[in-house]
Amino acid sequence: MAKFEKANSVGEWLDQRLNLTALNKVMMTEYWIPKNINFLWAMGVLLATTFGILVISGLFLMMYYKPDVNLAFDSVNYTIMQEVAYGWLFRHMHGVAASVVFLIIYIHMFTGIYYGSYKQGREMIWISGMLLFMTFSAAGFSGYMLPWGQMSYWAAMVITNLFGGIPVIGDALVVWIRGDFNVADATLTRFFMLHVFLLPIVIMGLIGLHFYTLRIPHVNNQDSDEVDFDAEAEKYLSGNKKESQVIPFWPVFISKDLAVLGIFLIFYFYLVFFHYNFAMDPVNFDPADNMVTPAHIYPEWYFLWSYEVLRGFFFDVGPVKAFDIGLAAFGFANAIFLLLPFLDRDTQILPAHKRPKFFIWFWILMVDLIVLTVYGKLPPTGINAWVGFFAATAFIILFLILPIITKSDAKKRGA
Amino acid sequence: MKELKILAVVVVLTLITYWGVEPFAHSQMHPHVEEPEYSFKDVDGLNGLTGNAEAGAVLVQSNCTACHSIESQGFPKLMDDASSAAAYGVVPPDLGTAGKLYNADFLAAFIKDPATATKTSHKFVDGKIHPMPGYSWMQPQEIADMVAYLQSIAPEEMTNKEVFTNACQRCHSIKYGDMQNGTMTAFTPVENIKSYMGKIPPDLSQYIRSRGASYLHEFINDPQKHLEGTAMPRVGLTQDAEEQVVAYMKEVGDSKADERAALGPKFLIYLVIFAIFAWLWKVKQWRDMH
Repeated sequence: MAKFEKANSVGEWLDQRLNLTALNKVMMTEYWIPKNINFLWAMGVLLATTFGILVISGLFLMMYYKPDVNLAFDSVNYTIMQEVAYGWLFRHMHGVAASVVFLIIYIHMFTGIYYGSYKQGREMIWISGMLLFMTFSAAGFSGYMLPWGQMSYWAAMVITNLFGGIPVIGDALVVWIRGDFNVADATLTRFFMLHVFLLPIVIMGLIGLHFYTLRIPHVNNQDSDEVDFDAEAEKYLSGNKKESQVIPFWPVFISKDLAVLGIFLIFYFYLVFFHYNFAMDPVNFDPADNMVTPAHIYPEWYFLWSYEVLRGFFFDVGPVKAFDIGLAAFGFANAIFLLLPFLDRDTQILPAHKRPKFFIWFWILMVDLIVLTVYGKLPPTGINAWVGFFAATAFIILFLILPIITKSDAKKRGA
Repeated sequence: MKELKILAVVVVLTLITYWGVEPFAHSQMHPHVEEPEYSFKDVDGLNGLTGNAEAGAVLVQSNCTACHSIESQGFPKLMDDASSAAAYGVVPPDLGTAGKLYNADFLAAFIKDPATATKTSHKFVDGKIHPMPGYSWMQPQEIADMVAYLQSIAPEEMTNKEVFTNACQRCHSIKYGDMQNGTMTAFTPVENIKSYMGKIPPDLSQYIRSRGASYLHEFINDPQKHLEGTAMPRVGLTQDAEEQVVAYMKEVGDSKADERAALGPKFLIYLVIFAIFAWLWKVKQWRDMH
């Protein structure tokens, strides 16, 4: 055991036992970030804050929410929204944050893609991030069920039905997931458990992993410059702050994050108070009714692009059913981003504007995702169905040709 | 400045996506309908006749009180709600407030031919008849007299809740209106209303949020506009009465709207102050870096 001496302060007492000074250095004051970053690098802190808001507002909601098909709707729309002091505030904060968190995740994700932050040594950052995205998606979906409104019920019906398309075990899997032959009380109760316990715990673990994956390769920067972090850190510590290419996480990096956070919170609370409707589908204010199907069933905006890939393939091809093609495409869409570091065959880390073909690829992908998102909400009839089909096909082709494009960019540079 | 350019790109992409999934999608999924029309020009109403309330009193009391109560004039209900619903299919309304709630031309047209005025004649085919018999055999002047009488006995002022109770609650519940005591349950028992309307009319507690005020105005004014073939009758509410109905639905379904509006600006002012200090701190920290 280490030798302990009498401490002169609480801080010293803790320092002897927990080595807080060293921890503080590693985590904050000597955790080095490249200086050459823009506000897009603040998205991590924004996400952590939004997740914090979700957890805290969620705890308050859980105090009054009843996971029971007979009580759920009224416990949300009457008890929480009207009886509990400021219950409406917590619900709107939770609902809006659930939507906004995906906006920030997407910005975070496409920043990574644009600047090549998933490449050469940073694969684990990307993969852990994508796992976080998937877990957030599961948390978003399971949470959407809980108010037991019409869209909650039918979204759950449609999404759980998808698993029926899996060969051999499909039908049994659907029953296993629902805990019943139908979307019913058992489904609601287990989704409640997933939403308030299991998935948040997994998210917290993954956030820890995601942070850890940054420590060794360090974060990328605007020009994808390779930085010798040790040498630059030395410069900084010796007082040569202007010439050093790096800054410490605390207080320099975080000061910019907090400035960006200030702007973000104005935007976020503006939505909470004055524009919460965008995150609250009006159909979901009708109680769930298994006898009446809504005119249009669609998921929340952040799932629309992959939903549109799912239903974009609306006609059978020979013996293969449209549903099965769609399901395969849906599976592809949800897994392919995970493989991005291995699809990009460029030997160098460079931002998109220094890789001409990749640059075009990136913007086509952005446009395609927006088209998929918009058409994912519209009724899939007439011309809409065809737009969906072409956009879904384009999405798949984009990823199939990515290795060729990135290789060709590298070749042209003479690499 | 480069960061502003990047911010502009992020904002523009976000707004395009927002526009696509909100305003654009709504315009595609909810077809535009005509504005509510409160003069009920399409009905065969009073046609300019002015009624005599005294003559109307005799007519109403001898023709209507066999089924309808007029409690304020000393004609109590003859049966409880369950019995009258069993007898007529739906609880007949008390007529004490009809003169205030309903447009005079509509009332006249309704007395003459209820199914046509309410646009529900599609329901009354194959021997089914509207529970209220038409009085088109009467002289137009007599009908005008009855309308004048109903208007003369109507109260000057009614609360939003009273308007809702008189105009809607025979068929619709709005349970959040009095969640604990359950007094805002529909008057007509579930089995009767279901067989009369074809389905149980929805509870209206959250309709202010699921449909929104402007849809409700359009719908109440003429249900066929948004739901062709619906069993819900056009009830002929005046503009004032309809506004009171929607106001009550808002009181019940969105009771914290005022609190929200009052708290919002305070939150935002605090956050603006936070953002200013955060930027100042950032400027201070980064001064040494460049």
